[in-house]
Amino acid sequence: MVPITPIHYLILAAALFTLGTIGVLTRRNVVIVLMSIELILNAVNLNLVAFSRMWGLQGQVFAIFVITDAAAEAAVGLGILIAFFRNKETVNVDEVDLLKW
Amino acid sequence: MQVSIAQFFQRSDYLMSLPMILLTIFALGILLIDLMLPDDWKWANAATAFVGVLFATAGLIKVQIALGEAHRQMVPAFMNSMVIDRFAIYFWYLFLAGAAVAILMSVHYMDVEREHHGEFYALILFSVVGMMCMASGWDVVLIFIGLELMAISTYVLVGFLRRDRRSNEASLKYLLLGAFSSGIFAYGLSLLYGLAGSTNLVIIRQRLAQQMAAAGDHADPVAVLALLTVATGLLFKIAAVPFHQWAPDAYEGAPTSITGFMSVAVKSAAWAMLLRILLLGLAPLHKIWVPLLVFVSIATMTAANLAALTQNNLKRLLAYSSIAHVGYMLLGLIAFGSANTPSGVDGIRGILIYLLVYTFMNLGAFAVITSLRRRDVIGDEIDDIAGLFFRAPTESVLMLVFLLSLAGIPPLAGFWGKYFIFLSLIETGHYVLASLAVLYAVFGLYYYMRIANAMLMRQALDKEPLKIGGSMAAALGVTALATLLIGIYPEPFIRAVDWSLGLSQHPAIAHLVK
Repeated sequence: MVPITPIHYLILAAALFTLGTIGVLTRRNVVIVLMSIELILNAVNLNLVAFSRMWGLQGQVFAIFVITDAAAEAAVGLGILIAFFRNKETVNVDEVDLLKW
Repeated sequence: MQVSIAQFFQRSDYLMSLPMILLTIFALGILLIDLMLPDDWKWANAATAFVGVLFATAGLIKVQIALGEAHRQMVPAFMNSMVIDRFAIYFWYLFLAGAAVAILMSVHYMDVEREHHGEFYALILFSVVGMMCMASGWDVVLIFIGLELMAISTYVLVGFLRRDRRSNEASLKYLLLGAFSSGIFAYGLSLLYGLAGSTNLVIIRQRLAQQMAAAGDHADPVAVLALLTVATGLLFKIAAVPFHQWAPDAYEGAPTSITGFMSVAVKSAAWAMLLRILLLGLAPLHKIWVPLLVFVSIATMTAANLAALTQNNLKRLLAYSSIAHVGYMLLGLIAFGSANTPSGVDGIRGILIYLLVYTFMNLGAFAVITSLRRRDVIGDEIDDIAGLFFRAPTESVLMLVFLLSLAGIPPLAGFWGKYFIFLSLIETGHYVLASLAVLYAVFGLYYYMRIANAMLMRQALDKEPLKIGGSMAAALGVTALATLLIGIYPEPFIRAVDWSLGLSQHPAIAHLVK
């Protein structure tokens, strides 16, 4: 068995980050885009916690702040999405097309 | 081991963060008082917020005096996560000025929009607290939290007109792209933490420099990845091409007074954060980020100036113009980052002066656009400003002053921002960039003059005279006075900038200027 080193966590976090980025760029549903953004923030958390095994607690503290921020962002995001849905009856990104150029 | 709370806090910490504490108290106060106010008393919220900004300014003066009396360049606070230095104080004044004028602009406007709620002013104050954290952050955790506090407050402010589709849409776009970019930014910060073993910018700089020296002046690929992701987040927040697409949409859809607020205070905060991170934490990597910024600034000036030429919506046009101004300001950073001579400092001076004059002239232009709004007129198209001279001569003359200043015509404030940036470029031998920037400034003149042309030469489509309230008149007066004053007598302001940089004694400046 290969021992699990920080580099493994880094690769996992990078994979999560890439998945999140692809999700933001390709999905049409705003809710799924928001979920993809959460995925990116979780990649950040994974990185921070893995690094804090090497360096000490600072990374875990940062991770707690990132989790709080993710929650705030999701709350505001869904609120704005509801306001948007009331006026436009859609949650598809490609129908968000009033403002352009 | 005995651990007591007293180890982590000092009394000076609270003095140093006095403006933030005052703003937070006033913001919470507004949220409470708002519940008890009848509908036609909502202006009292604006008054409370304005008083809050005044109190915070008084607190800031106290901080400045304390710093002077201690004869110190900087005071670290809260276990080194925050630093109060002249650079931070300079930016704090800018944020407070931007917030004060934005509050004055909002009173009548939000009444017309029938969305006059206390939360609006509370969110403005909260976002100023976030900006203050960004400008004085020494620790990436504080910078990130400050950024998010500012950004989340602004997402809500942009979408504040709940019944307006454009506002909903602007807010949704801003939120999705903003959250995405913060995610990328946070990823970069986590990599920096992994490389340096600390979240403090000073330690990050030391460790990066050590690692580069150990590797024979080559940057670690992880460091490059960290730089790229952090730079993406930073460039997104200042709205530089290719990360600018949110700006025109968010600016167009937002309530006009908030558009003004975003284009000055939010932008200054992003600049303060960018200068702190690039010049302090990531300084050892300047051989990589300078060429990157050259590309970004040329792309920004080109795309923004060309796109602005064809805009018919005033807010959108000014959004593209503000992106173009970011392109010019980036040139100052290039001049500074690429030169090992003291003359490069002019680049940073240029950026700070630019941000100062930009605060007043751009807020002034948005104040005029805000005053065009009536119950039945949205008033943000070029057609709406047509013939303004015949309807409201004073406002149109002030608008002309703001537009000429934005274009950088000499006796006005905007000239000095461009002057120092172009000067620093020529002093450091960037002749091609300097000529390009001047060329694009001419493009700028064209689209600003398009507004002036509509205002002065065309017939008014709508004959009704403008009615502006006392607070709007105050906002217009202050911005116009500042634009003229800085233009005619710039010396005290340039001295204030030099003071804030502590010329070449500041650690952010010292590393390149030896």
